Amino acid sequence: MRALNRKLLRDLWHIKGQSLAIALIMGCGIGLFVMMLGVIDSLEATRDAYYERYRLADVFAGAKRAPATIGRRLGDLPGVRSVTIRIVKDVTLDVPGLDEPAAGRLISLPEHGPPPLNALVIRAGRSVLPDRPDEVVLAEQFAEANRLQPGDHLAAILNGRKRQLQVVGIALSPEYVYAIAPGSLMPDNRRYGVLWMGQSALEAAFDLEGAFNDVSLALRRDGSEPAVIAAVDRLLAPFGGLGAYSRADQLSNWFLASEIAQLRTMAGIFPVIFLGIAAFLLNMSFARLIALEREQIGLLKAFGYRNGEVAWHYLKMAFLISLLGLAFGLAMGAWLGRWNTGLYAEFYRFPFLYYRPSPAVFIGAIAISLVAAAIGVLGAALQAARLPPAEAMRPPPPPLYRRAQGFAWLGRRLDQPSRMILRHILRWPRRASLTSLGIATAAGLLITSLHWIDAVEALIDGYFFRTTRQDVTVTLEAPRAMAALYGLAGLPGVLAAEPFRSVPAKLKHRQLERREAVQGLVPAPRLNRVLDRTGQPVPIPASGLLLSSTMARLLEVGPGDQVTLAVLEGRRPEREVRVAGLFETDLGTPVYMDLQALNRLMGEGPSISGAYLLTDQARAPALNRTLKNLPLVAGVASRARVLQSFNETIERTLSVMILFYILFGGLLAFGVVYNSARISLSERGRELASLRVLGFTRFEVAYILLGELLLLTLLALPVGCLLGYGLSFAITMTLDNELYRIPMVIHRSTYGVGMAVTLAATLLTSVLVRRRLDRLDLIAVLKTRE
Amino acid sequence: MPPDADPARRRPTFVVRGVTKIYRTGEVEVAALRGIDLELFANELVVLLGPSGSGKSTLLNILGGLDLPTAGEVRFGDLELTKLDDRALTAYRRDHVGFVFQFYNLMPSLTARENVALVTEIARAPLRPEDALDLVGLAERLDHFPAQLSGGEQQRVAIARAIAKRPEVLLCDEPTGALDSKTGVRVLAAIERVSQELGTTTALITHNAPIAAMADRVIRFADGRISEQTANLERRPAEALVW
Repeated sequence: MRALNRKLLRDLWHIKGQSLAIALIMGCGIGLFVMMLGVIDSLEATRDAYYERYRLADVFAGAKRAPATIGRRLGDLPGVRSVTIRIVKDVTLDVPGLDEPAAGRLISLPEHGPPPLNALVIRAGRSVLPDRPDEVVLAEQFAEANRLQPGDHLAAILNGRKRQLQVVGIALSPEYVYAIAPGSLMPDNRRYGVLWMGQSALEAAFDLEGAFNDVSLALRRDGSEPAVIAAVDRLLAPFGGLGAYSRADQLSNWFLASEIAQLRTMAGIFPVIFLGIAAFLLNMSFARLIALEREQIGLLKAFGYRNGEVAWHYLKMAFLISLLGLAFGLAMGAWLGRWNTGLYAEFYRFPFLYYRPSPAVFIGAIAISLVAAAIGVLGAALQAARLPPAEAMRPPPPPLYRRAQGFAWLGRRLDQPSRMILRHILRWPRRASLTSLGIATAAGLLITSLHWIDAVEALIDGYFFRTTRQDVTVTLEAPRAMAALYGLAGLPGVLAAEPFRSVPAKLKHRQLERREAVQGLVPAPRLNRVLDRTGQPVPIPASGLLLSSTMARLLEVGPGDQVTLAVLEGRRPEREVRVAGLFETDLGTPVYMDLQALNRLMGEGPSISGAYLLTDQARAPALNRTLKNLPLVAGVASRARVLQSFNETIERTLSVMILFYILFGGLLAFGVVYNSARISLSERGRELASLRVLGFTRFEVAYILLGELLLLTLLALPVGCLLGYGLSFAITMTLDNELYRIPMVIHRSTYGVGMAVTLAATLLTSVLVRRRLDRLDLIAVLKTRE
Repeated sequence: MPPDADPARRRPTFVVRGVTKIYRTGEVEVAALRGIDLELFANELVVLLGPSGSGKSTLLNILGGLDLPTAGEVRFGDLELTKLDDRALTAYRRDHVGFVFQFYNLMPSLTARENVALVTEIARAPLRPEDALDLVGLAERLDHFPAQLSGGEQQRVAIARAIAKRPEVLLCDEPTGALDSKTGVRVLAAIERVSQELGTTTALITHNAPIAAMADRVIRFADGRISEQTANLERRPAEALVW
């Protein structure tokens, strides 16, 4: 080994604490980069292969009842490659071991052979056989959650008749990678499941012989999606067409796509923060190292080493640190990636999902770590290269301090040690402010991570406790006369019942168009309320639409504007309706209307789609038993159960994530503070040892060094709060979509915890550095000049 | 020996008995001091002479409470330094000892006045920083930072800082080592003046034999032992020194 390289290794060993801290922070950035991009890679590659191999359709559409011949005409549309017509029905399930009724989506399978589109992956057992009308294949998520296996039984109410169904197989479908009940916040695999059944069995059960109510189409490479959607709508309109939509709007795919988009946003934010701070710390450490090695650099040059060789020497050292960070980051990224992929596999069901980042991710990780190191060290290395040898071999002049301009009023009150702290900060304002900013970033990161708890709590509180006060929501399998409400009100344990009517419709304004169910509510709902931002109930206007502001934005309308309401049910009326008012909500893009007005618009008598029930918890078992067997009930949602499953999911995913980010944030604070402290200690060790000789106690000496860091930390905390708010706000904005919006809520206690953790990291680091301070060599300092 | 410094009649400030100091570096043992017996008195200026490694600095460090001997006993008045822990040694330095170093060891972030105040703030009955600086002839340079002072001026600030607490003991390790002779003389004159005015026990290490002329007593070191002690019958004032 060359002598210079040996020196490099020994120098590195000498600053091992700092190098390790920098490598750790760099490693966190690399780890997050590898994890996030790796997961994106894995999800995208798996998704594409899965969709391709199991032939996920490009366009989907529902109808009330269309004759099979229409299916053939759909297949003849220009740009369409293949068509699958199906029967899809939402039903109530009675699952063994589950007290309350579950919701199921029954989908038909062709009698012979696999479906041309949306094929199943049979995971256990087999597919249904012709002439076995009671056989079903269950979606794996649902089967697992309810511990159902081939051979087990469950009951379903099909068209008013309760039927025992036999599970013959367990399957996955590219159509239900993310299986979520329409209108839900999160998947609830115990209470919502997809089931596949033979075509003829479903035709018979729902009186749909020779007909279908759902169609999937695959497009040719040159097929135009908008053209096909328009054509499908035209063809299905006479048969109760519910509006065709593309794969991008398909629920499962939409969730997957938005998850990937979110990950991509985060991958652009978090690694940059960590690598940026690592670069800053490298810069600080190397500037100090080069100051310390000034005379050595002079010597090297005197011996004939070229400037480039000197600069390269320090660059190599930084690269070694970044290699350490890279190794740590790659290991952590691989581990986190595997863990995170496992987590995704729980919510997004693929037949196979392995954490397999492409080589590009690793090459990218190597590149960004080297770039971060180069950015961090280049300035210092060039400074070393530029030092004229003769000057380098002379000791540097003592740093010139100044009185704190404008701080004279403060200065008069300060003792000398405090004055030293203040002047040291003002002597290197850039370094002090960057250190403070680094600590602030750590605090900000902590606050942003913790803010999720507040946001989810606000979401839960807003939705589960303030907006919805019903215990149970019952949906009927078809609209019924108002008399059904009295039937529901008379069920065991029901204390109050509030009707609703839900009508699928298209809202149009100019060329803009959205599909949404218009909800008819009573004028002043007491159970399922509509609240504004301040939590005040919004009354339902007697005429016109009450639009969520998100829907109003999508349609570009405001109060007083007219929108075209094209109903996709019953007689399919199409009317101009006035927007009577707007309200804010975090969930979906709901549209409300007065129940009677909606009934009038539909040209029907007083009728309802279901009811919100307030119930006596003591009689819940009796109510559940009854609901499971009521033929007219299509779905039952219990608030308590939904809340429980929501909380469980949050617990499993978010808490672990938050824990990681708290660790990362703490590490960041530690790294920044530790580096600053070690550099200060190296610069001022002589000064501090002199003070010890003069009779200053260990505590008094520690105060000068650590007091500065504490002051910088205290200055950083408010900035950290601002950063935390900004970062949370930015992330909240990127998560703003049609299905949900994350409320921008940060409790004071969250700021408090974020600041406390940062402060704790500073104090902990101080203790570490304090131990070094206690070992200052008092005698050596008297004999040497710096 | 000066007439008022007769050891028989006065109580010594320091009593050093059988002090040995052995440094271990790795597997090598170096005996820096090999059995020193010594007494130092108030109002006495002692110059310690000797080649590098002869043990004079080690003794000074032990007297100053910066280091402890491997064996032997050091008493400062009634205080047995060899029995003190770190905390008590810190208190001893703080209350009784003034140090002057070869490289000044000033705080670069504090002005001359503030460097002195650094010590007066923690001392029990200090001089005013301005008065201390006046004693060393720096009344005009109170608000200058070390970077704005010459080497000699910096060393005089260091002396002012050392004596501002009115120490009983003033320990100077090569105070002129980094200075030219003219500046060195001014610094020595300052030491001479303040030690006389405050009546300190002053010990001064130097390589520079002519400086010995300003001492009451000259102690020569060789190989960890005191090789020779001579009392100057007549002290030559620092201003009159030449080298």
